[in-house]
Amino acid sequence: MTESTLLQLALLIAPLALVGIQLTGRWQNLREVVSLVAATTLFAVVVSLYQPVLDGREIAAHWLDILPGLALAFRIEPLGLLFALVASFLWIVTTVYAIGYMRGHGEENQTRFFGLFALSIGAVMGIAFAENLFTLFIFYEVLTLCTYPLVTHAGTDKARQGGRVYLSVLIGTSVGFFLLAIVATWLLTGTLTFRAGGIFAADTDPALLSILLVLFVFGVGKAAIMPFHRWLPAAMVAPTPVSALLHAVAVVKAGVFVLLKVCLLIFGLETLKSIPATEWLLYLAGASILLASIVALRQQNLKKRLAYSTVSQLGYITLGALLATSAGMTGSALHIVMHAFGKITLFFCAGAILVAAHKTEIDELRGIGRQMPVTMTAFLVASLCIIGIPPTGGTWSKWYLMLGTFETQQWLLMGLLMLSSLLSIAYLLPIPLRAFLSGEGGEKPLVDGAGEASAIREAPLPSVIALTVTAVGCVCLLLFPDTFYQLIKSGI
Amino acid sequence: MLTHLPILQVILPLVAAPSCLIIRRASLVWLFTLAVSVAALAVSVLMLQQVYTAGPISYTLGGWQAPWGIEYRIDLLNAWVLLIVSGLSSVVLAAAHTSVAREVDSNRQTLFYTLYLLCLAGLLGIVATGDVFNVFVFLEISSLSTYALIALGRDRRALWAAFQYLIMGTIGATFILIGIGFLYMMTGTLNMADLAVRLPALGNSATVLAAFAFIFVGICLKLALFPLHQWLPNAYSYAPSIVTAFLAATATKVALYLLLRFTVTVFGVELSLASLPLESLLIGLGLVGVFAASAVAIYQVDIKRMFAYSSVAQIGYMVVGIGIGTATALQATLLHLFNHALMKGGLFLALAGLVYRVGACRIEHFRGLGGAMPWTMAAIVVGGISLIGVPLTVGFVSKWYLIAAAVDSGLWWVAVLVVLGSLLAVAYIWRLVEAAYFQPPADATRGEAPIGLLAPTWLLIGANLYFGIDTRLPVEVTAAAAQFLLGGAQ
Repeated sequence: MTESTLLQLALLIAPLALVGIQLTGRWQNLREVVSLVAATTLFAVVVSLYQPVLDGREIAAHWLDILPGLALAFRIEPLGLLFALVASFLWIVTTVYAIGYMRGHGEENQTRFFGLFALSIGAVMGIAFAENLFTLFIFYEVLTLCTYPLVTHAGTDKARQGGRVYLSVLIGTSVGFFLLAIVATWLLTGTLTFRAGGIFAADTDPALLSILLVLFVFGVGKAAIMPFHRWLPAAMVAPTPVSALLHAVAVVKAGVFVLLKVCLLIFGLETLKSIPATEWLLYLAGASILLASIVALRQQNLKKRLAYSTVSQLGYITLGALLATSAGMTGSALHIVMHAFGKITLFFCAGAILVAAHKTEIDELRGIGRQMPVTMTAFLVASLCIIGIPPTGGTWSKWYLMLGTFETQQWLLMGLLMLSSLLSIAYLLPIPLRAFLSGEGGEKPLVDGAGEASAIREAPLPSVIALTVTAVGCVCLLLFPDTFYQLIKSGI
Repeated sequence: MLTHLPILQVILPLVAAPSCLIIRRASLVWLFTLAVSVAALAVSVLMLQQVYTAGPISYTLGGWQAPWGIEYRIDLLNAWVLLIVSGLSSVVLAAAHTSVAREVDSNRQTLFYTLYLLCLAGLLGIVATGDVFNVFVFLEISSLSTYALIALGRDRRALWAAFQYLIMGTIGATFILIGIGFLYMMTGTLNMADLAVRLPALGNSATVLAAFAFIFVGICLKLALFPLHQWLPNAYSYAPSIVTAFLAATATKVALYLLLRFTVTVFGVELSLASLPLESLLIGLGLVGVFAASAVAIYQVDIKRMFAYSSVAQIGYMVVGIGIGTATALQATLLHLFNHALMKGGLFLALAGLVYRVGACRIEHFRGLGGAMPWTMAAIVVGGISLIGVPLTVGFVSKWYLIAAAVDSGLWWVAVLVVLGSLLAVAYIWRLVEAAYFQPPADATRGEAPIGLLAPTWLLIGANLYFGIDTRLPVEVTAAAAQFLLGGAQ
């Protein structure tokens, strides 16, 4: 098979999986097999593209021209492949997890759930491999639309409320700012194709570029830069696998990935450095990091706290991209991977706790470590990964981000990153520590949150396997970051 | 046979109209009307093919040579508009049987189809003819039948709306007639091509300018260009749903065609766009129209009325294209002519489905509609997305060309305003989405619209998507038409 065929295969597997899932909807086990096979195949396909991309081979597919100069076309570049690798691998793990979760939790409409899940991953592949902003924008919107029913999956009023915020913020920013920025870019340059070093002419008015950059940063609402972050906590009404894969990995990472790509391949690092707005946006990202951390501290709902933590961590990635240095970019790209593994594990744990113990609030979790040791150990490891201390992969990305601020002599931002790391210790670590250490003495063992008399046990086996895999992944990333590092280096 | 296509285009519905009265039975009349409209569509397709390959067709009525006799002149521009009018008319008619049975008294249904065919004949006549007095005659035919069609609405306010339109429409038609009179006085000819040759010699004579002013204002009245749009929201909201769909998809398009024909062909770009401040006037009025009408649309409770205001806004975009006046801009206008017909035709037919089930289409009837009438509501959402101008729909294509044209001419601010105008469309479409998908249903007894309405609706909505992805046909035809229009004017 040629590489171009593989690329198209990667784009088509997920939509095909949707068809398969719909057709086999009546036989639960068969349906899950379809999901798993599709996920595994997709991952295999993406992996097979790794070496060619590293060798600098040109892999592209041109689908059709909508208008002269506006094409639906795809081309793989290293960052896109990185994103696709992470998303497709975690799709497998999440599918395993979701099987346990959805059955354990007795959710309805599971066929719709798995079908849309596959479609969302398809949209992610489109975003990852898009050759130009136009194609990227289309898949960006598709991703919003097909994750919306997943957010409102429960069908309750609360879910609908969350869905409304979700849709209005994401669609509003993308049509209001992102599309505007794309159109303006096209008008200025006559092209939307991603190109190393950027596409703007050297003599473009910096004021104009500033406006454009602001439009891009705010327009990509999925990157959840404050004040357009509200959709992310709102999306937490979704079933946990959705929060885990989509709102810790696929959707938010699509956002920061787009920003990374825009910074690197539309503006180019040199141009980016020279734009006055970059400085302001850096501080905005810094403020977003800090504020979100503080808000996270005050959240008592576990998933809400994790959501705000995500907002904060996304700020790191945006900040790294805006630093416009090779170290900052590397840090950002690495953090996409590290945060993905860390945060998905945390959400898996949150979901496992919900399924096994029916608990959602943080202060109910004291002492739960004794009944759910595997889950809470994974939680601890993943927390370390988010914070960025060994023995986890998060260390690398935070290291490069620090290096980036050091190189550009942004002392204030450097201090901010440190402060925020401290804050993340404060909002994450107490949860696993208390789960293991407190609650001894006279207190009786924890009872199930649903009021059943039975003792709490670990969540269903598939879920536990999944969260173990990702937690082990966090540790492995410390030891073997090279796979990703090579890819990033060839991309920047 | 093929040489007589231009006259067949007009005479077919014109002769068929009174024949309806002989048939009498409503469903037979419907079938007959549909057949006639489809035949007209076939004629326009054949003509477009012929014009595209072999150049303009000139047809002399009764063999009397132009400029003395009446000439029907089909070039790419009017072949394109003829296709839009007859095509949309056919699709709307396909949906008419179901909707009209519900919305028009049974003893008036035959009358309805008669009027419909008359109106169609009038509209096709305006577009096909190459004679300015003939334009006036057909304008009156279509207008008079339109007044009656609107008055057929069950709501008593339909009478008032029809009367209001009658007054405004008559003023418009009279203005056009006065202008034509002046032109005849100065040149002694009524043939468009002949006028185009003779007018430049007269220079900027006051009479010619007065003629231009009368005709311009008259057409803008029929076009419902802001601020002459007052009649349109009433007429659209109280007319039977099918009539609204038909008018929205065709009547304003024909008026826009007239504006183009007079400003570009008859008076010529030299006079109308270069020496008069028409450029800034059209761009200014168009943009104010976009913003004012869109803003008003956001606050409408009646959704038919909301889309009526949205139509006024969309007409603004088309007029901006004429105002910019370059080939790309005219192409954008011609594209939007087609695209807007597809959007509004689809949207109003979808509303017809709602009216069929509920009897009205106010915002509160949209509550929970996403569950109760999923297909109808999905059609409205797709149509709305196209109206906003999101990629992969036709709305995107025409806005793209308009923005490109504005920037090519150095009118950056116009491009920005066009984009911002789309945001207002997001606001009024979002209200529907929110009501339909986020609010609990008002009552759970409603079902989906009948297939007779749903199929034509989705035909148009599907076309919105199809031509948004495979843009070749409209883009190529309009590019050639715009080139021809500017080239032919010299």
